[in-house]
Amino acid sequence: MSTTNSEIGYVSPKTQVRWIPVIGLEVHCQLKTWTKLFCGCRNEFGATPNSRTCPVCTAQPGALPVLNREALELALRTALALGASVAPTSKFDRKNYFYCDLPKGYQISQFDQPYCTGGGITLESGKRVRLTRIHLEEDAGKAIHDRGDTTLVDLNRAGVPLIESVSEADMQTSQEAFEYLTALKEILQYVGASDCDMEKGSLRCDVNISVRPEGEPWRTKVELKNLNSFRNVQASIEFEIRRQVEAYESGDPAQFPVQETRLFDAEKGVTRSMRRKEDAHDYRYFPEPDLPPITVSAERLDRLRSALPELPTARRARYQKDFGLSAYDAGVLTADRALSEFFETVARLSKLPKEASNWISNELLRNLNDPLLPIRSIDELPFRPHDMSLLLGMLDKGEISGQAGRKVLRAMFETGKSPKDLVASLGLEQVNDSAALDDWCREALVGKDKIIADVRAGKTKAVGALVGPVMKASKGSANPQVVQEILLRLIAEMPS
Amino acid sequence: MSRPAISLDACGLAAAYGAGQGSAEANVREALTRIDALEPSLGAFATLERERALELAAGLDRDRAAGVPMGPLAGVPMALKANMCWKGVEAHCGSRVLAGYKPPYTATFVQRLLDAGAIPVGMTHMDEFAMGSSGENSAYGVPRNPWDTRRTPGGSSSGSAASVASGMVTIALGSDTGGSVRQPAAFCGIAGFKPTYGRVSRYGLVAFGSSLDQVSPFARSVRDIERVMQVISGVDHADSTSAQLPALEPEFSESGVRGLRIGIPREYFPAALNGDVRARLEEAKRKWVELGATLVDVELPHTEHAIPTYYVVATAEASSNLARYDGIRYGPRVEGDGSLQSMFAATRAAGFGPEVKRRILLGTYVLSSGYYDAWYNRALRVRRLLRQDFDLAFQKVDLIIGPTAPTPAFLLGEKASDPVAMYLSDVMTAPVSLAGIPALSIPCGFVEEAGVQLPIGMQVIGPALADARVLHAGRVFEAATEHHLRRPPEGQPKAAGTNPGVRA
Repeated sequence: MSTTNSEIGYVSPKTQVRWIPVIGLEVHCQLKTWTKLFCGCRNEFGATPNSRTCPVCTAQPGALPVLNREALELALRTALALGASVAPTSKFDRKNYFYCDLPKGYQISQFDQPYCTGGGITLESGKRVRLTRIHLEEDAGKAIHDRGDTTLVDLNRAGVPLIESVSEADMQTSQEAFEYLTALKEILQYVGASDCDMEKGSLRCDVNISVRPEGEPWRTKVELKNLNSFRNVQASIEFEIRRQVEAYESGDPAQFPVQETRLFDAEKGVTRSMRRKEDAHDYRYFPEPDLPPITVSAERLDRLRSALPELPTARRARYQKDFGLSAYDAGVLTADRALSEFFETVARLSKLPKEASNWISNELLRNLNDPLLPIRSIDELPFRPHDMSLLLGMLDKGEISGQAGRKVLRAMFETGKSPKDLVASLGLEQVNDSAALDDWCREALVGKDKIIADVRAGKTKAVGALVGPVMKASKGSANPQVVQEILLRLIAEMPS
Repeated sequence: MSRPAISLDACGLAAAYGAGQGSAEANVREALTRIDALEPSLGAFATLERERALELAAGLDRDRAAGVPMGPLAGVPMALKANMCWKGVEAHCGSRVLAGYKPPYTATFVQRLLDAGAIPVGMTHMDEFAMGSSGENSAYGVPRNPWDTRRTPGGSSSGSAASVASGMVTIALGSDTGGSVRQPAAFCGIAGFKPTYGRVSRYGLVAFGSSLDQVSPFARSVRDIERVMQVISGVDHADSTSAQLPALEPEFSESGVRGLRIGIPREYFPAALNGDVRARLEEAKRKWVELGATLVDVELPHTEHAIPTYYVVATAEASSNLARYDGIRYGPRVEGDGSLQSMFAATRAAGFGPEVKRRILLGTYVLSSGYYDAWYNRALRVRRLLRQDFDLAFQKVDLIIGPTAPTPAFLLGEKASDPVAMYLSDVMTAPVSLAGIPALSIPCGFVEEAGVQLPIGMQVIGPALADARVLHAGRVFEAATEHHLRRPPEGQPKAAGTNPGVRA
């Protein structure tokens, strides 16, 4: 670890006292199952409200839950990928409270015997953030308050499987929280457990945070909610550190932080008190009598473990070692499992890993992020890794220029056609040797006496200013290297 | 002209029907005629489904005419308790909070009965959410005991028991959480059987105490109970607590009960036991001996803790199970002051009766932080001890017998104002529920009280999974006695005025 204790923490601008933040995260993540956790309804975002419901998830009298095996499977994969230890036996409990989006009046969750404990995530710095536990539970429905006087309830989300990962309070900066979340998200996506799309609510994060002067014991912690992006998680932590430090430094115990839940207001960048500890619910947890305990055999765990995909950290290391990529490029390519798999296929087919890395992490991602194109993810690409490798091959052999290559890639996004066809139909074959090239070069030299003189005086680089116009005249099909050679030859051949 | 369907039991009726005699429609019409005649004095039914029943009957008759094989309960009119889901039929559970509630689905056990050709004619009255032992905790109507209409038929499956005892229907389903089928069976002089927990799917039975609730049949013969059990038993993928348990085949049909060891628990014959109940049980003991069984004294030392334990476990589960009645998705809503919390509070205050509120409060209390260990957790520990009592006893004996209830049917209104006295009527049934084991109540004699004959019930208890043994022993006892053949007097005066115990 490069940071030492004297470098971390928040130095009060007022007192110069170094305060150490103590941060833990609770992350709720929806599992990407076909059906809900306890019934056969589709687990699907964005469907017509209340169209994905049945007697079980609308809590009709007499209906009973049945555990979805796929959900348990994904939860177990996640636990194994995070190095957590899975309990051979765990159980469900009821968490009782009243709200309009909670049909049964209780949430089926896990209280004192979660399905796994321990594990953790190692940050870039080498610092380990430990996990306390992960438990499996059901999501609530959605209450919609902004439709006039009435509150509407959509129960499509009610019963969607969730895993809640609770970290130890091992983080000390908003950056560490960000890194932890990023790494957790990557792992959840890699094992196929979740989309982790915060906009759709499939990943939600609460922060537990307190501050203490260096060397002193922990103080009162505050819970932060309503954090709908990683940036908001960071911003809320930064605000809360300042707020708590100022509160303590006011010297007035009445101002000191109290145990409470605070909501983050992203527009104003501040947190506001939502409820105090004394208002906290008594959830009256007790064992769920409608579900038998969960049992997981060692054989099942072995089978799941051997089926786990290579995880992002291992993959990054392999890319650096096997392909000679930089840590940065390896990081970009492995941030998304589909992207990294696309890259690997292209690298293997083209035998040009570095070029594949450059073109995918720059050009391909640029097009993916282009709002003018409808394609948002690797899965939606209209062409195959094979097409991408053909493109790299043509570039490598000098059959097309880099500029032409970018045009072809764009056209591949737009049409899905093979790069060979596109090069032909767009007339982008690189012209290496032709009368046309000579003609374009001669035209470019007209009236450029200053440059000609400079070249003759030995400053051959001056000819570079003429390559652009020739490329333009050739509509990008000329090989710039060849153009340069022709220009120099023509100048040399000119009568002085 | 064929014999009236009422003179046959379900096995006889289904056999006759399957053999081409009579028609399902005639069976249903006969049941409806009896119901119309007896309802004014007994008040067993919450809803009658005449048209549905006649349609089902007509469909069955058409199938039979077309040569479709008939099921084991084909053409048998029956009753369901008002806490059972039959798609589109009001299941208000005796509660205002579910007034008008028609389930959008059919319970697994109801579907199995329908598939077997049984014809439900209606839903019966019950204590609200099955919380009660007399039927008086209903928001809608209090059934009367066919043997004496001033008395309770027992509870909470009050209407189902009364409907079978009076011959309105041949069989009925109730639900038994702490004795809600066995006690009314005893009070009404019929058979009632609570199976091993898990044998019958609870999917579609409105939950009271989830770890205790079992769908349980009433019939006028034990062989009918066996027939119904064969139809409704078995694992159901919609209920994770249901199980594929060993079949209900008799274990010792050849030898009757010869050589069987029958345990007599001291705790079920306390000094305070009603003298008539004791006398009938003594006669029953002699009958068992006559039949070749050996009586063995056994101990169930934790019995005295069963009632408090039951009322902690059942109310804890109920407080959570009944949280869904919030006025959001079904049932009448009371708005309150406009806030969500006040709507919940107003809906529940208006929707639940006093006994249900009492139990929700009790259950909420025993689960509260700071009280959980002293109450709920301790109750779970005592529950294990109660189970252990039975395990140890069943190492020595094959079955245990005792009274089903400490008294014969009591007068309506007699205990309505004293919840604890009411709770104590479960003293011999609740331990069995907590242990999850099977028990049958069958009539073992009658007593005369104030000029009327009242039946006394005997409970036959078996170890877990030994449902077949219990039922077979019951059948042997039944074959050697005639108590189950006695019928309540008919033409009793119509119940006058408001039923006692009915809330306005």
